[in-house]
Amino acid sequence: MRINHPLLGLRDAAEFTYLGDASLLNRPDWQDTNALDNFHNYVYQRDNPAGLHHELWFHEHGDRSWLVVHRNTLTHEIVGVELAHDIAKSQRANR
Amino acid sequence: MRYSAAKIFWQGLTGNRGWTPAWRDPEPQREYDIVIVGGGGHGLATAYYLAKKYGLRKIAVLEKGWIGGGNVGRNTTIIRSNYLLPGNEPFYELSMKLWEGLEQELNFNTMVSQRGIVNLYHTDSQRDSYARRGNAMRLAGADAVLLGQSEIRQLCPFLDFDNARFPIKGGLLQKRAGTARHDGVAWGYARAADQLGVDIIQNCEVEGFQIENGVCRGVDTARGPIRARKIAVCVAGSSSRVMQLAGLRLPIESHVLQAFVTEGLKPLIPGVITFGAGHFYISQSDKGGLVFGGDLDGYNSYAQRGNLAVVEDVCESGMAVMPMIGRARMLRSWGGVMDMSMDGSPIIDKTPIEGLFFNGGWCYSGFKATPASGLCYAHLIASGESHPTAAAYRLDRYRRGALIDEVGTGAQPNLH
Repeated sequence: MRINHPLLGLRDAAEFTYLGDASLLNRPDWQDTNALDNFHNYVYQRDNPAGLHHELWFHEHGDRSWLVVHRNTLTHEIVGVELAHDIAKSQRANR
Repeated sequence: MRYSAAKIFWQGLTGNRGWTPAWRDPEPQREYDIVIVGGGGHGLATAYYLAKKYGLRKIAVLEKGWIGGGNVGRNTTIIRSNYLLPGNEPFYELSMKLWEGLEQELNFNTMVSQRGIVNLYHTDSQRDSYARRGNAMRLAGADAVLLGQSEIRQLCPFLDFDNARFPIKGGLLQKRAGTARHDGVAWGYARAADQLGVDIIQNCEVEGFQIENGVCRGVDTARGPIRARKIAVCVAGSSSRVMQLAGLRLPIESHVLQAFVTEGLKPLIPGVITFGAGHFYISQSDKGGLVFGGDLDGYNSYAQRGNLAVVEDVCESGMAVMPMIGRARMLRSWGGVMDMSMDGSPIIDKTPIEGLFFNGGWCYSGFKATPASGLCYAHLIASGESHPTAAAYRLDRYRRGALIDEVGTGAQPNLH
């Protein structure tokens, strides 16, 4: 697999390490009344879809940026790549 | 038909015309007492023990494809019980004991071969941790021997003992571990379950669950709806996809794990050998091929194929521990979909939906667990209570913080 890094262009996936579902960007509020449930879901529960998956990759052997990769888990086709920083920023703005 | 040496001899003399199919191909009935979703090793073993040990009837096993065509036919056939934690080790030792009597139990040659497994260690601290693991195994009734370098040299003289980076200092040996014929296990359980009246229905994909007021009363399949009092899912590899049909989210990610086979060679490797400094394990099949594997590719996948970077990494590990492997030519490689759970240990439990049971999250342990998984799942379905040796495999253990994390990497499935 090759990942089309928004800043660096096509890079071999072996340069990256994988963290998991991009929902990990949305850390729950620890003061929420449902914090226990929310953190249980956040840490342990996964959608694990067969098809389009939004996931976090870290460019460990590169510029050390976090990316959100939109990838099909049935074919390994990558349909889009964004900087995780940009996504987190827009999510914060919409909150 | 009961199989025996005399029968093989007689059939050989009469042109092998008297063999009959090993199991029936029945039409699905409209209603069963118990429907098992997934006709892999675990599903068939569950059906067998439900009928044999718990005396239940009116059982169907629904399989999307054909028997032996899923993960039970895609693994590296190793059986062992060399785990550390109290939640795991008694369970895998129960499985090991069931393997030892499986051929007599099923009247089928599953080719269980107890040729032993050696986990190599390369440092003093690794030796200490293997001593601890060996003690934990013996406390659970398993066998374990800690070997020094000279004993490993006698057992496997071909290893790279004086490797500059990872010298081999010794290993932990479990003599009763070994290998079995993987699809033979599926066929053996299928035949034995069928003889006890279990309907094995192939090409029958489950497309939905009939859930009425929080109670599961049946499934919709490619071959029509089927009602049942109890529905037991064991579809490791596809657990999230199937349980999503019932509206449940699981603490599971699906990952791809690759395996490799070389051309056939003369008998060479005495048992199963694992490298302690990287992730690499190898055994030799009865046909002579070297069967080996290593790490997960590391990303979510249902594609049943992996990437070349991992092929290179596995082969480098092989060269580091056993340089002669470089002369063997690799024949084929394949990828299987693993249910990687959040703590690296499986789940055998009821679900919040009444009448619906779940078995999955087997990570790399599915094949070796087949007999015990079937027995414990059958116990749960028949009695409504967890089997004592599988009591830790609860679905709510993540919420309770009662994780069974063998490698201690936390909720990171690709590191287990």
